[in-house]
Amino acid sequence: MAVNTGSTMALPQARAGERTRTAGGPGPRKGRDFGQLGLYAALLGLSALFMFPFAWLVLTSLKPPAEVFSPGLIPEPFTPKNYSDVFKYAPVGRWLWNTTLVSTLAVVTVVFSSSLVAYGFARLRFRGRRALFALVISTYMLPSAVLSIPTFLIWNELGAVNTFYPLWAGNLFGSAFYVFMLRQFLFTIPQDLVDAARLDGASYLRIYWNIMLPLIKPALVAVAVFEFQAKWNDFFVPLIYLNDPNKYTMSLGLGMFKSDYDTQWALWMAASVILTLPMIALFFLAQRFFIEGIATTGQKG
Amino acid sequence: MAQAVLPREPGRGGIVVPSRGRRRVSEETVAGWTAISPWVVGFLIFTLGPLIASIYFSFTSYDMLRSPRWVGLENYRRLIFDDALLPKALANTFIYALMHVPLHVVTALGVALLLNEARQMQGFFRTIFYLPSMTPAVATAYLWILILNPNDGLVNRGLRFLNLPAPGWTTDPDWTKATIVVSQIWAFGGAMIIYLAALKGVPQDLYEAAKLDGANAWQRFRGVTLPMISGATFFIATISTISSLNVFTQGYVMFDSRGGPENSALFVVMYLFRRAFENFQMGYAAAIAWLLFLIILVVTLIQFRFSKRWVYYEAGET
Repeated sequence: MAVNTGSTMALPQARAGERTRTAGGPGPRKGRDFGQLGLYAALLGLSALFMFPFAWLVLTSLKPPAEVFSPGLIPEPFTPKNYSDVFKYAPVGRWLWNTTLVSTLAVVTVVFSSSLVAYGFARLRFRGRRALFALVISTYMLPSAVLSIPTFLIWNELGAVNTFYPLWAGNLFGSAFYVFMLRQFLFTIPQDLVDAARLDGASYLRIYWNIMLPLIKPALVAVAVFEFQAKWNDFFVPLIYLNDPNKYTMSLGLGMFKSDYDTQWALWMAASVILTLPMIALFFLAQRFFIEGIATTGQKG
Repeated sequence: MAQAVLPREPGRGGIVVPSRGRRRVSEETVAGWTAISPWVVGFLIFTLGPLIASIYFSFTSYDMLRSPRWVGLENYRRLIFDDALLPKALANTFIYALMHVPLHVVTALGVALLLNEARQMQGFFRTIFYLPSMTPAVATAYLWILILNPNDGLVNRGLRFLNLPAPGWTTDPDWTKATIVVSQIWAFGGAMIIYLAALKGVPQDLYEAAKLDGANAWQRFRGVTLPMISGATFFIATISTISSLNVFTQGYVMFDSRGGPENSALFVVMYLFRRAFENFQMGYAAAIAWLLFLIILVVTLIQFRFSKRWVYYEAGET
């Protein structure tokens, strides 16, 4: 049942669209096949173009440091040592751990806080609900630059500069975008389930925990992967708050790499691969949630 | 759209709950406020408070060592009349947005149109085109700064081989913004996925009807496809305009906090960052933040206004 609710994200329209298209296809068969041939040639060409920087990144990260700009693409000699060297040059292991810790804390907090807030707005009736939800939406429009300075001053007052708190603790209070997204999913849960649970004497918070959360699991996973990616990649916030290199996140550490190890390009490239690989892995693990999540976001807008 | 799936009002929708009707209303109110309380607290501490503080600071001189000193409109006066770098940062930001947004929209739409025609392996190609969007911004920046290195980079090597002019991507002030645009266009995958979803939602009978009326492929694209996906175009254009006006990481990592050769890649948020977190001029930086906010607000409102002329919404949808 939970799975069913989840795949209603964007798929139904997509499936319906595909079906009608194959049924009522245009033109005579032969011309279409010829067109498809050209189409696949174009798609393959574009794929090569867009994949090439990846291939170049990986190949360059395996070149000897002095050969980074050599014309040949293939590393000669093949130098996987860059990957062990980069851990010696900079506390990369530490940075990876810091990033994982911050991203995980951010994900866990934002999933629970945003879903609880969304539940309040979607399924409970109380005075002021509409006005408050309009406020939620309007905060989403605020550029983070406007808030970054006073927020920094608050964390500074709390003595939390150069700690991880500013990087994730804001998530304890929910995030406007995820509240909006989860609210849309909570609307789709049948009221009969709630009414039945109420008759059995369940409290509203129990309904949130035992009925709503399990039924919107796929949407929660989408929120989790989006947030993990956002925190893993973030550069601006860590740059503002962290100044001890041992506390850097991987993105920040790599971003600062340039000034510290100016000519060690092969090492930058190895570190870039190390930073990127977990995101590629995340995509393949959670591809469905990324694609459907993004497609749904576009339709809601 | 949301109205259609709104739940029936609890307790009033068909089920008769004996005698407890009154108490349930108040219990629901309490539960409702409890549920949204994290957001209310966060809003007060991390949005409303900072917002008011930010307005206040923008009227003060504040270096974080001494307490803020009220200077009235002085920050704004200096910002608008006496600051040589701000016009530069504003111009850079607008030029960047004007190059990036149209290219982003066209690339995403072009690839989505191709992909939508593919009968097989659509998922495979979609993954390939989306992967650059999963690449962290810092890694993307490093990757392109080396590929576009003016002397030994791959692109210029190729251009020289073809006897074409090889631009100073990272050294020539006229090219630094283009360099960032290239690196950002590479990550067009999110917009492509939104377009793909929109294209699949175009009713096929509209194409059939257009064909019966003798419309050729181009006319069908102009007359059916473009209007039917104009909502997606509007969404993508608005979001990517806002993110372009907030550009920071690419400029900072590819160049430096000064914005590369002749400040040619100094953007407004970079300038704000420099004033706030390098020079600790918090009051002045707050004024920059409000100026940026106003600019983004005006640009977004213009886009919304203008959208009524070209964005098509089906009746009932909002």
